[in-house]
Amino acid sequence: MKTKKWIPNVIILVLVLALYVVLSVLISANIINPYYSGILTMVCINVILAVSLNLATGFLGQLVLGHAGFMSVGAYAASLFTMYSGLPQIISFPIALLVGGLVAVVFGVIIGVPALRLKGDYLAILTLGFGEIIRVLILAVPFTGGAAGLSGIPLLTTFTYVFILAILTVGIIFAFIHSRHGRAVIAIREDEIAAEAAGINTTYYKLLAFVMAAFFAGVAGGLYAHHIGVLDPGKFNFNYSVEILIMVVLGGMGSITGSVIAAVVLTLLPEALRGFSEYRMLIYSIILICVMLFKPSGLLGQYEFSIARIFKRLTHKKADAEKEA
Amino acid sequence: MDILAQVLNGLGIGSIYALVALGYSMVYGIVQLINFAHGDIIMVGAYVTYVGLVMAGVPLWAAVLISILFCGIAGVLIEKLAYSRLLKKGAPRISLLITAIGVSIFLQNLSQLLFSSSAKSMPAMFPNGMLELGALQVSSNTLLNIGTSIVMMIALQLLVNKTKIGKAMRATSEDAGAAKLMGISTSSTIAFTFGVGSALAAVGAVLYCNTFHQITPYMGGMLGLKAFVAAVLGGIGSIPGAMLGGYILGVAESLTTAAGGSQITDAIVFGILILVLLVKPAGLFGKNTREKV
Repeated sequence: MKTKKWIPNVIILVLVLALYVVLSVLISANIINPYYSGILTMVCINVILAVSLNLATGFLGQLVLGHAGFMSVGAYAASLFTMYSGLPQIISFPIALLVGGLVAVVFGVIIGVPALRLKGDYLAILTLGFGEIIRVLILAVPFTGGAAGLSGIPLLTTFTYVFILAILTVGIIFAFIHSRHGRAVIAIREDEIAAEAAGINTTYYKLLAFVMAAFFAGVAGGLYAHHIGVLDPGKFNFNYSVEILIMVVLGGMGSITGSVIAAVVLTLLPEALRGFSEYRMLIYSIILICVMLFKPSGLLGQYEFSIARIFKRLTHKKADAEKEA
Repeated sequence: MDILAQVLNGLGIGSIYALVALGYSMVYGIVQLINFAHGDIIMVGAYVTYVGLVMAGVPLWAAVLISILFCGIAGVLIEKLAYSRLLKKGAPRISLLITAIGVSIFLQNLSQLLFSSSAKSMPAMFPNGMLELGALQVSSNTLLNIGTSIVMMIALQLLVNKTKIGKAMRATSEDAGAAKLMGISTSSTIAFTFGVGSALAAVGAVLYCNTFHQITPYMGGMLGLKAFVAAVLGGIGSIPGAMLGGYILGVAESLTTAAGGSQITDAIVFGILILVLLVKPAGLFGKNTREKV
C-alpha cells in the first residue's frame, strides 16, 4: 500500500488544475462576466483570510480580532511598493505581495510578543485595539492618502494570481498543521501547561502560528488592494475582522475544509441576498451566538475532507472484494 | 494652572471609564470572561435614557432610574441567555469570548435598526456652571462625574466586602466549585454580578450623555475597549484598581489632546496597554497568581 501514497496527491493536483482550467476558460470566454469574476476573486481572498485566521484561532486557540488590521497593513505596504518602487509591474507585484506580508509580520511580532507571553485573552484585546490604531495611524501619516484613501493602485490582481495564492495558502497551512510544528501548536490549544511540561516552547510556537496568520492576511491585503485599486481606511474595520472570524467559527475551528467552504458560501451569500444587507450583521451575530451555544466546534468541527481517506476506502473495498473472490 | 485644569478635565472623563471598568473588572473577577458586550450595555443605557428623557418626556430622575434598572435586567438576561449555558458546561474561554462578541454585534445592530445609525443629540441633563477654585476653573459636570464615580466605588466596595451577597461573590470568584459545595448558588451570584456591573454601566452612560451630548449605536465599542484597558491597567478584578486605571487613562487622554495630539489618543491608550502587559501584566493593584495544575 505504501507505494500508492502519492496517488491521492496526484488526484488533488489534477482536481485543482481542472478547477483552475474550467474557471479561467469560463472567464476568458466571458461566460463568467467581469462582475462575477470579481466576486470569484473576493472568494479566493476571503479563503486566504479565513484559512489563515483559522491557524491562529482554530488551531492555536487564540482569539484574534484584528485580522482586517493585518490585511490593511499588507494592503497599504504592497500598494505603496508597486506605486513607488519603479520596478516593472510583472516583477514588482510578487515582491509587493511579499512586502505586504512581511510588514504584517512585523506588526504581528510587535503585538504578539507582549500578548502571547501571557496566558489569557490579552491577544484578543490587543489585536482589536491594533485594528483601531492602524486605522488612526493611516489617517495620521502623510503617505497613505489619509481619509480620502489611497487611489491609483495598478490593477494587477488576476484570477490566476489569487487562485494560485489561495491554493498555496491552504497547502502551506495544511502542511504546517501536519508537521511536528503544527502538532506543537495543536498541543498548546489542547492544554498549554501540559504542552509546556512536555518540552514545547509555548511562546515560540504561539508567536509562530500567530505571525504566520498575520503574514497571509498581509498577502491577502496586497491582493485586495490590487484588485479594487482604491484603499479606504474605513474598509478594514472591526466588522470586517468579525466577518472573517464568523467564517472560521461557522466552518469549524480547526477545520481547513470548513473555513474554505464557509469563506466561499459567506462571500457568495450576501451577493445573492442583496435585499437583506440591513439585517446581515444582526443575523450573523445571532448565528454566531447559536453556533457557540449548540455546536461550539463549528459546523464541521475538526473534520477535514480527505481524498487520501476516500482513496483508501475505495482501494480497501476493492482489496476486500478481491479477497472474497 | 493650565495643566492642572487639563488633569481635572481628564479625571472627569476618566470617571466614566472608571465606572465602566468596574463592571468589566467584576465580571472578569468572577467568571474570567472579557465581556465584550459590556461597552454596548453603556450604549443601551444611553438610548434608554434618550427614549425616556426626549421621546417620552419623563422627568430626569425617572429616566436615570429606568435606564439603570433596564440595564441591570438586560445584564442578567444576557448572562442567562448567552453565557450561563456555556459557563455551566465549562466551555473553553474562546467560546465565551466569541459569544460575547456575538452579543456585542447583536446589540449594536439592533439599536441601529431601531434608532438608525445617525447620532442622536442629548439635551443637557444637569445644570452646568463654572466653579472657581482659586485661579482654577472647573465645570460642575466634571465634579459631578468624579463625585459619582467615587461614591459608586465606595458603595461597591461595601457591597463586595460587607454584605452576604458580596461574600458569595468573593467565594465564587475564589473557587466556584467549593463555593457551590458550601451551599452558595453560584449561578445566581454570577447573574447578580452581571446585573450590578450593567447597572454601573448605565450610570456611566448617564454621565457620558451629560458630558458629550451625543449618542450613536457604536459609541460603546471604543468606550468599552478603553474601559477594559483601564481595568487591566489597574489590575483586573480589583475595584480600586479599576477606578485608578480609569483616572490615569482619562488624564493621559486629556493631556495628549491638550498637547495637540487629539488624533492619536486612541493609539496612546493601546500603547499604555502594551506597556502594562510588558512591564506589569498583573496591573497596578493586581495580585500575581500562580497557575496550579
